[in-house]
Amino acid sequence: MDKTSDLPVTSVDDTLTELHPNHVKVLRVKTIMASLPILVAALIVESSAVLPPAVIMAPVALLVVLAILRLPLRRHLARGYVMGADRLRVVRGIWVRRDTVVPFSRVQHIDVNQGPIERFYGIATLTLHTAGTHNASVNLPGLGEDLARQMREDIRQHIKRESV
Amino acid sequence: MRQDEDRRTDPRSFAVGGVMALRNAVLPMIAILFAMRGEGYGVALALGAGLMIAVVAAVAQYLAWTRFTYRVGAGDIRVEQGILSRAARSVPYERIQDVSLEQALVPRLFGLVEVKFETGSGGGDDLKLSYLTEAEGEALRELVRERRDEEIAPVPASQAGDEVAAPAEPPARTLFAMDTNRLITFSLFQFSLAAVAVVGGLTQQLDFLMPFDIWDADFWRDELAERGESIAGLGRQAQLVGAVLGAIALIALGFATGLVRTFLREWDFLLEKTARGFRRRRGLLTRTDVVMPTHRVQAVKIGTGWLRYRFGWHSLNFVSLAQDAGLSNHVVAPFARMDEITPIMAEAGFTPSAPDLDWHRASKNYRTDSILLEGALPLLGVVPVAIFAPLLFALVPLVIAALIAGVNYYSWRFRRHALDARQVISVHGLLSPDTQIASRVKLHSVEIAQGPIAQRRGYATVHLGLAGGSFAMHGVPVQHAWALRSAVMDSVTAADFAKVNASASGA
Repeated sequence: MDKTSDLPVTSVDDTLTELHPNHVKVLRVKTIMASLPILVAALIVESSAVLPPAVIMAPVALLVVLAILRLPLRRHLARGYVMGADRLRVVRGIWVRRDTVVPFSRVQHIDVNQGPIERFYGIATLTLHTAGTHNASVNLPGLGEDLARQMREDIRQHIKRESV
Repeated sequence: MRQDEDRRTDPRSFAVGGVMALRNAVLPMIAILFAMRGEGYGVALALGAGLMIAVVAAVAQYLAWTRFTYRVGAGDIRVEQGILSRAARSVPYERIQDVSLEQALVPRLFGLVEVKFETGSGGGDDLKLSYLTEAEGEALRELVRERRDEEIAPVPASQAGDEVAAPAEPPARTLFAMDTNRLITFSLFQFSLAAVAVVGGLTQQLDFLMPFDIWDADFWRDELAERGESIAGLGRQAQLVGAVLGAIALIALGFATGLVRTFLREWDFLLEKTARGFRRRRGLLTRTDVVMPTHRVQAVKIGTGWLRYRFGWHSLNFVSLAQDAGLSNHVVAPFARMDEITPIMAEAGFTPSAPDLDWHRASKNYRTDSILLEGALPLLGVVPVAIFAPLLFALVPLVIAALIAGVNYYSWRFRRHALDARQVISVHGLLSPDTQIASRVKLHSVEIAQGPIAQRRGYATVHLGLAGGSFAMHGVPVQHAWALRSAVMDSVTAADFAKVNASASGA
């Protein structure tokens, strides 16, 4: 049935480039910050003493610790990219896996962004903006700062005017 | 103009920000004054709060101003900003479609302008410099235009040549027009159930205007009891006649509404091909006139309805870049035969889907999963309904589940897609097929998305990045999705390569 599988399936053979190791740390800090409100809420319920001690706190704390230990690494491993000669492929997501390819010639403008945590760990997010309505901006987080700037220059070189 | 060095915006722009912040401080001040009226220190408190807001805003503005730098480089304009975080943006000259200078009231008092660089990115997230002096803004606009024209020099040269060769503009050709007969036929399919519902609802809402409550069963029972058995029988007949007449009136109203709406919108519909592109005029009371440049057409959509499809009627839409009018989706033939639609598509460079193409259906796993998942939702309701309502009512969710499963099965039968040399074609629909055709070289990105079930069952949703519209294909077998993506990407990059070579040899 699948006649087009004779077509060259180039992008599948490409192995993904891993993100910067510090990306895990950034994700971990972000997970800790996101779980703080949950812990506070659990503490408040706990202190109101409507339930026997630790009925709320213990499972919540366990889940939070598990999330902080496991989630950042899993998310880190699920992400990756392939910098091709004329296109960038970005893969991300555990639950919903998204695999996007953007040709350099379709990039409108390029951002290199760093939040405060990312700046501390010396990594950056590269964002490619396209004219398409879907995937108007494709984010590639967790690159080393210098690498992100280098990739911006490389992609910048490829942008050519075409009459869209 | 100084180039290749980091520059700041005009120092006065932080004063502008301060004045704007003062404006924001006015409301809290009034609120405090109002809350503290009667207290002696109310005015002092209000002034203090206003001052504090202004000082905080001014400090924030100052920090933001010192950390905002831009650079007019050899190939692009760059901006770096952010106090705690850092954001750097690079906009190549080739991508800047226009530079606009905007002056709001406050900056105008300071003689400052906001410079906006429009790039036409899908998210509408463009580059802004606020604020520069008027002279600097003008100089920057000139510079960007010069740079951009240098970059694209080979292209306008050849265009100028064409214009010399053909000085007389070719006259407009009519591609599609609708006469009154066509409009009447069209309006028959525009039967408006909404109007029926509105009138039905109004009679219910406005029944206080009637001498009696027609929905009140007691009223009718009393009425019948008073007039005796024979008249009651007559009354029932009369009621029946009345009901039939009412239904006929409502249906006539539905058709009439459809007729009026269709005539108002589509009156004297005319689609022409002019030198500037496609030109569409239509409308009875408000006549609209839209011009779509041919190269801006990114994709076409052929739609139909479940009933009009049986009679061979279709509609044609162009998906184009949204910059010309508010809408990116333009109807170019609202009600036409396929043999009328095909030539219009050909003018925009699209060919209709041929039956001998290599059509691919959605994955069978996708069909099974969508039937099971969507059918399962109403089934969850069976048990509570069976407990809390008469047992017969438990059939309702069962029937709904069966219907949903059937809908999913039949929509799978229509769902297919194909790839020809220049286009991606996707067909879907339940009782009538809707077709979407996109030009391969005009796509901006391809995404393959898989949810948790799709990952295990080997299918994916393919999202094509289309300017001005969305194009998604569901349930594509994952191997095929990859093949499709690399085929599309290769034609995109091959087209660019050819274009670069052509402009290099032409120069």
